This record gives sequence, structure tokens and C-alpha cells, in this order.
Amino acid sequence: MNLWNFLLQNRLEVADLTLEHLWMVGISTLLAIAVGLPLGILISRRPRLRKPVIATANIIQTIPSLALFGFLLPAPWIGERAERLAILALMLYALLPLIRNTYAGISGVDRAVIEAARGMGLTDSQLLFKVELPLASSVILAGIRVAIVISIGLATIAAAIGAGGLGELIFRGLAMVNNAVILAGAIPAALMALAADTLLGWLEKRFSPQHAS
Amino acid sequence: MPDSAIEFRDVSYRLANGREILSKLHLDVRRGEILVLLGRSGSGKTTALKLVNRLLEISGGELLVEGRPVRDWDVIELRRHIGYAIQEVGLFPHYTVERNIGLVPSVQNWPKEKIAGRSDELLRLVGLNPEIAERYPHELSGGQRQRVGVARALAADPPILLMDEPFGALDPLTRADLQREFLSLQQQLGKTVLFVTHDLHEALLLGTRIALLEAGKLVSISAAEEFLDSPEPLVRKYVEAFGSFERLRGRK
Repeated sequence: MNLWNFLLQNRLEVADLTLEHLWMVGISTLLAIAVGLPLGILISRRPRLRKPVIATANIIQTIPSLALFGFLLPAPWIGERAERLAILALMLYALLPLIRNTYAGISGVDRAVIEAARGMGLTDSQLLFKVELPLASSVILAGIRVAIVISIGLATIAAAIGAGGLGELIFRGLAMVNNAVILAGAIPAALMALAADTLLGWLEKRFSPQHAS
Repeated sequence: MPDSAIEFRDVSYRLANGREILSKLHLDVRRGEILVLLGRSGSGKTTALKLVNRLLEISGGELLVEGRPVRDWDVIELRRHIGYAIQEVGLFPHYTVERNIGLVPSVQNWPKEKIAGRSDELLRLVGLNPEIAERYPHELSGGQRQRVGVARALAADPPILLMDEPFGALDPLTRADLQREFLSLQQQLGKTVLFVTHDLHEALLLGTRIALLEAGKLVSISAAEEFLDSPEPLVRKYVEAFGSFERLRGRK
């Protein structure tokens, strides 16, 4: 059976798995932003926390994904459903690029701009929301872009613990020694990564600040 | 109201490692004058300036703004009472000229029309065409940027201005224009100005009084006209470094 026939005959299942995949990546990315952005801001304010926070995120990144799924299995509530487990693991992997880019974006803002802003009497939160985050936005978006592309690839492995997604086709294809089935999972995942990369790349450009010399 | 807008009473500033940047600085800035802090790099003049709006905190002595110790002020209120302009300008690259000027008024909830009006008025005041209000900083020349920086410092009409070599990065012709314009602007508005520079010409041109700092200590303070006649050896050295005495005298 060739790839095209397989896709045609199983289009509903492929669409379903694609949606599942998107859902896992989407939710985990949103959670990673919700955790990583504040952490990135925190370490830009408290330099002492920078090393431990980045190191922790770094270590998480080095854990092989299958092992991480295993480690998280005993966690209450999370461990009950494979999907929750997968989302948590994906979120943990996405943290590093988010924390690092948020920190890099904020610390890359021109010192003179910060000094002028503080000197004119902006409060800490005004400085953050009106100056630092807008000026860091393109670097932060670059971090989100990397995180999403990594997540789309990693989410295929979540099928190994029964979390669904396009990985299911890949694993099935492997078991059947059928390249068409593997490709039916791999190609939509690759297209998804490409699309996300292009879209976020475009956003990144739109948000990049005009630079004063 | 006290006569002095700013008073340094034996103010010291030390770094965390104990190195003293300013020691027992004692001077006052009278209401409506331009007091120039003159000195070479590392003399502590910029540090003195930043202590006033608490970008740095004093380590010893007492620093009063409007007769009130700076640490008794709410720091945000203090800074909004004081305009601040620096050599690098520090315009917000993601904001138009109008939003740059209007940022402090807008966080103070001024109505939109009033902010636009104020920005218009200030742009004219610093010699710019109000049509540039919609431009971004990267679309301006160095001189225009610096003027916008001054306009922004004046936005909320603060009675005191701190200026740290605001014209230092400009070419000599533009600098001379801005100096002259600033002088007439100050005479018109009657702001109290604490002005930092290493340029003796600028000090003589703008200063009501000139205070010379060296290695964190006040060497001399005098009316600008008397500065060149000071017998103080460090002043003589500074003056000589700037070339012919007669040429300088001719400038004022």
C-alpha cells in the first residue's frame, strides 16, 4: 500500500491524530510560556537565581524523553492519563528556550533606554510592560518558535506511552515495517513544524523593534 | 519654599567594595540657576547627578531635594519631579516621538488630547517641527534625537532638570546650536538645572555657577565669570588644558 492510498483511506484517523498532536503541543507550549516567561523575568531581576534556574532547565533538557515519561509516571493526577503526562513532559522540554530567550531579550535592551525610563519615574511594572517586554518580544518569540518546533517532534514519542498523536502512526508503521504508515505520521508532523516555524518567524519579524543607533 | 532646590550636605558615595566615588560633597543648587558640575572622567560628577534622582543611593551625608531628604521622598514621585536627559538619550525605539514624549504624562493618566497638545508644544519649544511626532527614533538625526530627549525630560513640567552631557555626542555645529537654544529655553522656563559636563567651553557658556570636581571631591565652586580667575591650582590646570585663556574669556 502506498502512502497516498493509506492517507486517503485513513484520512479521518490521520486528521484526528493531527488534532491530538496539535492539542498536546499547543497546551504544553501555553503552559511553558506561563511558567517560562515569569521565570525569565525573575532571573533578569535576581541575578543570583540565574545560574540555578538555567541549570535546572538545562538538566531537564538532557533527560532522554522516554526516561522523562517514565520518571513522571508516579506523579499523582498527572500519571493517571498518558495525555497529561505527555503535556507535562513537553512543557518541561519547552522551558529552557523560553527562560533563556526571555532573559536574553530583557538583558539585551539598551542600558541607556532602561536608565532613561527609570530616571523619568516609571515604576518597575511600567518599565517591564512598556519598555522591556516590548523590546524583548522578538527574542522571546524566537524562543517560542524553537520550543514549538522541538515540541512537535518530541510529541511523536508521546505515543510510546499511549498519549496519541501522530507518533501513533509512526510506531505502528515501525511495528508493521511499513514505510507508508511511518510517513503518514511523519509527514504531517514535519509540515506542522514547518508551518509553525514560518508563522512564528513572520511574527518575530513584525515584532522586531526599530533600532535607534 | 527653600532657596535651594537641591542641597548636598557632605554627601558620600561608596561602591559595594568600599571604593569611595564621592567624598563629602557639599554644595547647593539654587532655584532657577544652571549649576554645572565640571570634571574629567571618573571625577564623580555623573554619580553626583544620579544620587539626586536616586538611580544611586547615597552612602553618607544628607541630600535634600526641595528641602526634603531624598530618602523620605517616594522614589517615583521624586523622579517625576525631576527631568532627566543623558548623552545616549535613551529614546524608546518602539515608540513614536510623540509617545516617547508623552509616556510619563500617559502613565499619569493625562487625557489623550492634552498629551498630544503637550507634545506639540514641546517639539516647537525645542526647535523641532511638530510634524516629526509620528516618526520613530531611528528616523531622526542625532541632533533631533537629543532635542526629543530634552522635550521628553520636560514633558511633565518638572521644576528641576538633571542633564548628563546631553550634547556631548553631537557634532560641534549642532552642539553649539543646541547649547544656545537650551540657554534661552532655560531663561524662558526658569527651571533649576544641574548640568554635568567635562567641556569647559560648555560650562562657561551655560553655567550660572561652575563646580569643579576631581577624584570625588569638590575643588572649587564659583560664579561662571569668576571661574577663570580662580587661583586654585586644579582649576588653572583644567583651564590650561583647554588652551588659550584669552580665547575662553572671549566666549562668555
